[in-house]
Amino acid sequence: MSGTQTAIGPYSDVIRERWRRPRFRGELPGANAVAEDVNPLCGDRVRVMLRLADDRVADARFTGDSCAICAASADVTAELVAGRPVAEARRVAAIDVLAVLQADIRPTRMRCVTLPLSVLEQALGDVPGAGHPRLAPGSRTPLQ
Amino acid sequence: MRLDEKTRPDFPILARVINGHPLVYLDSAASSQKPLSVIEAMSQYYERSHANVHRSIHTLGEEATELYEHARDRVQRFIGAARREEIVLTRGTTDGLSLVADALCRTLAPGDQVVVTEMEHHSNLIPWQMASRRQGLRLAAVPVTAGGLLDLDALDRLLTERTRVVAFAHVSNVLGTLNPVLEIARRARRVGAITVVDGAQAAPHLPLDMSALECDFYAFSPHKMLGPTGIGVLYGRWERLEHLEPTRGGSEMIKEVWIDRAQWNDLPWRFEPGTPPIAEAVGLTAAIEYLEKLGMDRVAEHERALARRTLDGLGAIPGVRVFGPPSTVDRGAVVAFAVDGLHPHDVAALLDAEGIAVRAGHHCAMPLMRRLGVVGTTRASFSVFNSHEEIGRLLTAVAGLRAAL
Repeated sequence: MSGTQTAIGPYSDVIRERWRRPRFRGELPGANAVAEDVNPLCGDRVRVMLRLADDRVADARFTGDSCAICAASADVTAELVAGRPVAEARRVAAIDVLAVLQADIRPTRMRCVTLPLSVLEQALGDVPGAGHPRLAPGSRTPLQ
Repeated sequence: MRLDEKTRPDFPILARVINGHPLVYLDSAASSQKPLSVIEAMSQYYERSHANVHRSIHTLGEEATELYEHARDRVQRFIGAARREEIVLTRGTTDGLSLVADALCRTLAPGDQVVVTEMEHHSNLIPWQMASRRQGLRLAAVPVTAGGLLDLDALDRLLTERTRVVAFAHVSNVLGTLNPVLEIARRARRVGAITVVDGAQAAPHLPLDMSALECDFYAFSPHKMLGPTGIGVLYGRWERLEHLEPTRGGSEMIKEVWIDRAQWNDLPWRFEPGTPPIAEAVGLTAAIEYLEKLGMDRVAEHERALARRTLDGLGAIPGVRVFGPPSTVDRGAVVAFAVDGLHPHDVAALLDAEGIAVRAGHHCAMPLMRRLGVVGTTRASFSVFNSHEEIGRLLTAVAGLRAAL
């Protein structure tokens, strides 16, 4: 459910805040775990960059071109993993992101929330035989 | 009386309140709303006259058959077809186009060419892709100009004596472009190619006359013209249909059957296997009656004015880009647009929060999106019951979007 009275549809205060003033959007020098994916149906595109050190996610950033819900989810996802042990980062799920977003997300927009999470999974190398391989740091997107 | 004032009371769904606001339905290009007369016609059919069609000896069967075949006659008149045998009732535009692509392409030889366009809805593209792959045909596309029109010079360069089919939309479901069907049909005929027209966005909004369009096949969907889902119309010029081998078999489309062979039924039933969408045909008749009472010229004029107001209004909002031809002479009843810095889905969701229903995304036209350099757009589309006040609400809402998010 939306967490505030000023929510407009799915756009809670948190989503609007994260869309206008993201905390974790940008490049990450020294990133050593990078992945990117796109939802071709809607055009949401998210790139997640992590700097992994000593089994921790030392830092995390995202870039991309997406709707506000996806961008907010990416920002929150990065926040939830930055500074955490990799094992904990692997366990971050939609329910955790939704708890921060405090938004009324209907089924049609749930993919917007989960896309950054699946890209995170790829960056952490969680998905065996994933169709989208982890990218070399600093590489351009292989997606057309 | 304005057309919306006259028609709004006939549409029960317009009483809906969405997210605290009266519904403003601007998504008729996806599917249109239904007047009570259509809804009641279908209910009454089930309450009083339903039975299976064509071979029933009993009274209800005769009634149902008469109602079903009457729909065919109404469609024939509505689109100016020369014979009732030229009207095949399908399950929708997609179904009709798929039927034609399949059946037509089986008659073609490897290396023959099918020409489509960059602005096609996937339903007038995928069937040709599939058939081309299966039959070893070459597939080429007429490009769209920067002005949102089909590049007819490029069409001429594509047309050769190996071009067997030219498939294109009458009206683009994104750009609103009204394509010159007669002109394209003539150019196609000069090289001996068959024309297949996707009329889904035209039939609800323009007076149609197949004899004036001179195309070979024309498909459209009743659910986009105030009628029910689950039924479609495929017009096929008699000479073309008569020589097309059916690809879908079953009951109804046969005359006599043995174990190893069958004798096909006459046109048009040859292309209508199985129990048809009977109630839907009744709804289609009611929809045509409703539209004919309004007059398609008047419908076209009303929607053109709405499109004009939308084009002008959106064009005046800073940061809003409108797609398609700038003039309403070359356009149908859709206006696609983009708001700078906002994803189309966000635009649509914010409008929905104010009760305004528009469509956002690629509109089943991904090659066109690529040509436009976007992944999607937001699209407003119009019908008989839309009003200038509603356009005003849309424009006010769009103007306030960037501040909202």
